[in-house]
Amino acid sequence: MKGTLAGVLARPWIWSFIGALAVWLAAITFTGGTGAGGMLTAALSLAVFTVVVGVGQMFVITLGPGNVDLSLPANIGLASAVAMTVMAGDDQRIAFGLLAALACGAAIGTANYLLIWALRIPPIIATLSASFVIQSIDISYGRGLQIKPPPGFADFTNIQLFGIPLLAVLTVLFMIGAHVMLQRTIFGRSVLAIGQNMRAARLAGIAVNRVRFATYVLCGTLGGINGALLAGYFRGANVDIGNEYLLASIAVVVIGGTSVAGGKANIPGLFGAALFLVLLLTMLNTFGVSAGVRLLLTGLIIVAVITAAGGTKRER
Amino acid sequence: MTDTRPELVRLSGVEKYFGAVRALGGVDLALAQGECLGLVGHNGAGKSTLMHILAGTATADRGQLAIAGAVPANYAPGTAKQLGVRCVFQELSLCPNLTVAENTRVFHPSLTGFTWRRRAGRLILDKLDAIFPGHGIAPSDLVQDLPIGRRQMVEVARAFTVTDEPVRLVILDEPTSSLDAHTAGQLLGFVRRAVGDGISCIFISHLLGEVIANCDRIVVMRDGTTVADAPAAAFDRDRLVAAMGDVEVHARDVEAGHERRRGQSPLRVRARPARQNGAGELVAHEGEIIGLAGLAGHGQTSLLLSIFAAATRATTGMEVTASVALVAGDRQADGIFPLWSIAENIGVRSLHSLRSGLLISARREYELAMHWRDKIRIRTPDIDNNILSLSGGNQQKALFARALGSDARIVLMDDPMRGVDVGTKLEVYELIRAEADAGRTFLWYTTEFDELKQCDHVYVFRNDLIVADLTRDELTEQKVIQSSFAEAG
Repeated sequence: MKGTLAGVLARPWIWSFIGALAVWLAAITFTGGTGAGGMLTAALSLAVFTVVVGVGQMFVITLGPGNVDLSLPANIGLASAVAMTVMAGDDQRIAFGLLAALACGAAIGTANYLLIWALRIPPIIATLSASFVIQSIDISYGRGLQIKPPPGFADFTNIQLFGIPLLAVLTVLFMIGAHVMLQRTIFGRSVLAIGQNMRAARLAGIAVNRVRFATYVLCGTLGGINGALLAGYFRGANVDIGNEYLLASIAVVVIGGTSVAGGKANIPGLFGAALFLVLLLTMLNTFGVSAGVRLLLTGLIIVAVITAAGGTKRER
Repeated sequence: MTDTRPELVRLSGVEKYFGAVRALGGVDLALAQGECLGLVGHNGAGKSTLMHILAGTATADRGQLAIAGAVPANYAPGTAKQLGVRCVFQELSLCPNLTVAENTRVFHPSLTGFTWRRRAGRLILDKLDAIFPGHGIAPSDLVQDLPIGRRQMVEVARAFTVTDEPVRLVILDEPTSSLDAHTAGQLLGFVRRAVGDGISCIFISHLLGEVIANCDRIVVMRDGTTVADAPAAAFDRDRLVAAMGDVEVHARDVEAGHERRRGQSPLRVRARPARQNGAGELVAHEGEIIGLAGLAGHGQTSLLLSIFAAATRATTGMEVTASVALVAGDRQADGIFPLWSIAENIGVRSLHSLRSGLLISARREYELAMHWRDKIRIRTPDIDNNILSLSGGNQQKALFARALGSDARIVLMDDPMRGVDVGTKLEVYELIRAEADAGRTFLWYTTEFDELKQCDHVYVFRNDLIVADLTRDELTEQKVIQSSFAEAG
C-alpha cells in the first residue's frame, strides 16, 4: 500500500512536465513545426515570473490548511511601481530600485503576518483585505501612469543565451537554492513540520510563530522582486501587472505536486507546472480561439489537471 | 443476593481489544429491573468501554449482550434507544450551537409539527424541574452559553425524558463530576426515586462515598475484568479502595540504591498550578524522576504544558533552569509528523545540533536515528521508512528517542505509555532511570501506579491542584487513590 501511495505522490510533478510537453507538441503540430523554438523561448521567459511567486506561495501553502497569500497580485503591482520610480529611468540606480522592490515586498509580508498573528484573522481574509489596501496605495502612488524602466534593466530582463533567457537560467539556480532551503535548513524543515501538525511542531521545540512570520515575509519579498522583473520585461510598471498571478501562483503549486493539506512541497514540479500554464495559453493562441473561449478553456483545464493530479491523494 | 426482580440486562463473556491492548477480558454482568448498580475502578479498568458496548456505541469482539432476555440483532445506538437504554457519558453529547429545546428535539425525532420547539422545551423543562428544582435554565438558552455544570444537568435531564420510547436503563458515567454538592444531591435523590419507579441505573463515579450510599450493588473492575461484585452494604470506602488497587508489589520495584537526598543537586523546575493558592508547588532537581499522579484530566497535562512554555518565555510562578523536551502521550495529535520518515521524526527536536555549517547533515541525522534505533530497539528494517510503518509502541519509542536524543536536560512525559506493551514499558523504565542517573530530570505524568513506583517523588493532582506530595518511602497506591478522590465519602 505504501508503494502505491508513494507512486501517487511522486507522479504529479512528472505529469506537469509531461503536460507541458504535450501542450507544446499540440501547438507545433498545429503550426506544422514553425516557431517551435521561439515558442519555447517565450514560454521559458514567462514561466520565470510564475515560478518566482510560485515558490513563495508554495512555502506559504506548505504551512498547512488555510495558509495562502492572496495579496501577491497587489504586491507585484506596488513593487513594480516602487522599483521603477526609484530607478527613475537611470541605469545607475537599478540596484536601489531592486532593493526598494525587495523591501516593499518584505513590508507587505510583514503586514500580512501582523494581521494574521496579532488580530487572529484567517490568512485568506487577511491577505485578501491587505491586497485592497496595497492596491489603493499603488493607485495613489503611481497615479495610474505606466512608469518606464531604465534601458539597461529592460535589456537585462530580455537577455538570451543561445535562445535560452538569462532569467530562466537564474531561476533554475534559484529553484535549486529553494529546494536546498526547504529540505536541508532548519527553516525549511520547520515549515514542513508545521504543515503536518502545528501542535506537534510547537511541542517539538519549533518556534512556530517565528517560522510562519518568516514564511509570509519570504513570500512577500519574492512578490516584490517579481514586480520589478515584470516591469523590466514588459517595459513599464502598472497596477494590473500582477493580476494573473493570483490564480497562477496557486495553480502551479498544486499542479506541481505540493500538497494543499500542507507539510509536503515539491519544487521541481513547480517549473513544469509554470511551463504548462504558459504553453497552454500559447497553444490556445495559436489555435486562434477568442479571448472568452481561451479563459474558459484555461479554467477548465486547470481544474481537470488539479483533479487528476491531486484529487484522491489524501483524505482531509 | 437473592433478587426476585426480573432481569433487564445480561452481559456474558464480553471481550474487547483495541489493537493489541485488551480493554475487556471476559466480563459478566447482570442487572435487574429497578436496580441501581455502582461501577467503580481505575482509569483504564474498562468501565467506559463496557458501558459503550451496553449503549451500542462500541461492539464487543466476543461475548453476548441480552436485554430483557432477548439477544438483539445488529445492536447499535438506535436499537439501544428503542429498547430503553439511555446514557450520559463523560464527554457531553449536546450540540453547543443549538438551544436546550433543540437538543431535546434531536434526541426525540417524534416531536414534529409546527409546535415542536414549544413541546420540546416543555418536555425538558418539566424534567429539569423534577430533578433540579431551581435550576435556572431556559429551553431557549444556547448550550454553548451554559456553564459546564448546567450543561451536565441538561444532559442528565434529557436522558430521563420520555416521548414514544420507554426509559428502562440509564447509564450515568461520572454525572456528578461537574456538579456542585447541592445539585449532585438533587440528582442522587432523583435517581433513588427513579429506581423506586422501576428504572434501572448504572452509576459510575470516583466519589466512592456517593456510590456506597446510593447504589444497591457495587461491581469493581480492574484491568478489564470484574474483581468484586456484592451488595453495597458489604463495602466500605477502604474495602473498595483495596479492591480497586493493585496490592501486590513487584519484585523489581524494591531495588535500593536509588535513594537520593532531595535538594542536593541544582534546581531544575519549580512550578505552581495556575489555580493553586497556599502551599503546594512542584519542585524538581537535576537527576530526579518526578511523578505527577491523580485521575486523568486533573491538571497534570496543563501543568506540563505550562512548564514547557515557561522554558522559552519567562512566566510568573514558574522557574525552569534548563532546556526542555516533551514526550507526547497523544502521539497522533501531539507527536508524530505523519509524512516523515522515522529518522526525520527522531531528528526534529535536534535540528540545531544536526547542522554542519548552515545545512542539516543527512549523515548526522541518520547516525542519530541509528544510535537510538539500536539503543531502544525500534523494530524497523529501515530507519528511512515512514513513521506510520511502525506499530504504536514503536512510534512511541521514536518519540522517546526524539526527546532523549536531544540536548534537553528536562524531559516532560505526558502519560507516554498509552498503548505501549509491557515489554517495551520495562525497557523504557530502565532507560529513564539510566538517563536520570546521568543527570537528566524527568517529569512524568502517569495514571498507572506501576510507573509511579519508578519515581523519586510523586505529586498527586485533583481538580487542577496539587493535593499531596509523597516521597518515595511514603508512596503507596492507597495513598494515591485516597488523595485522588475528593473527601466526600
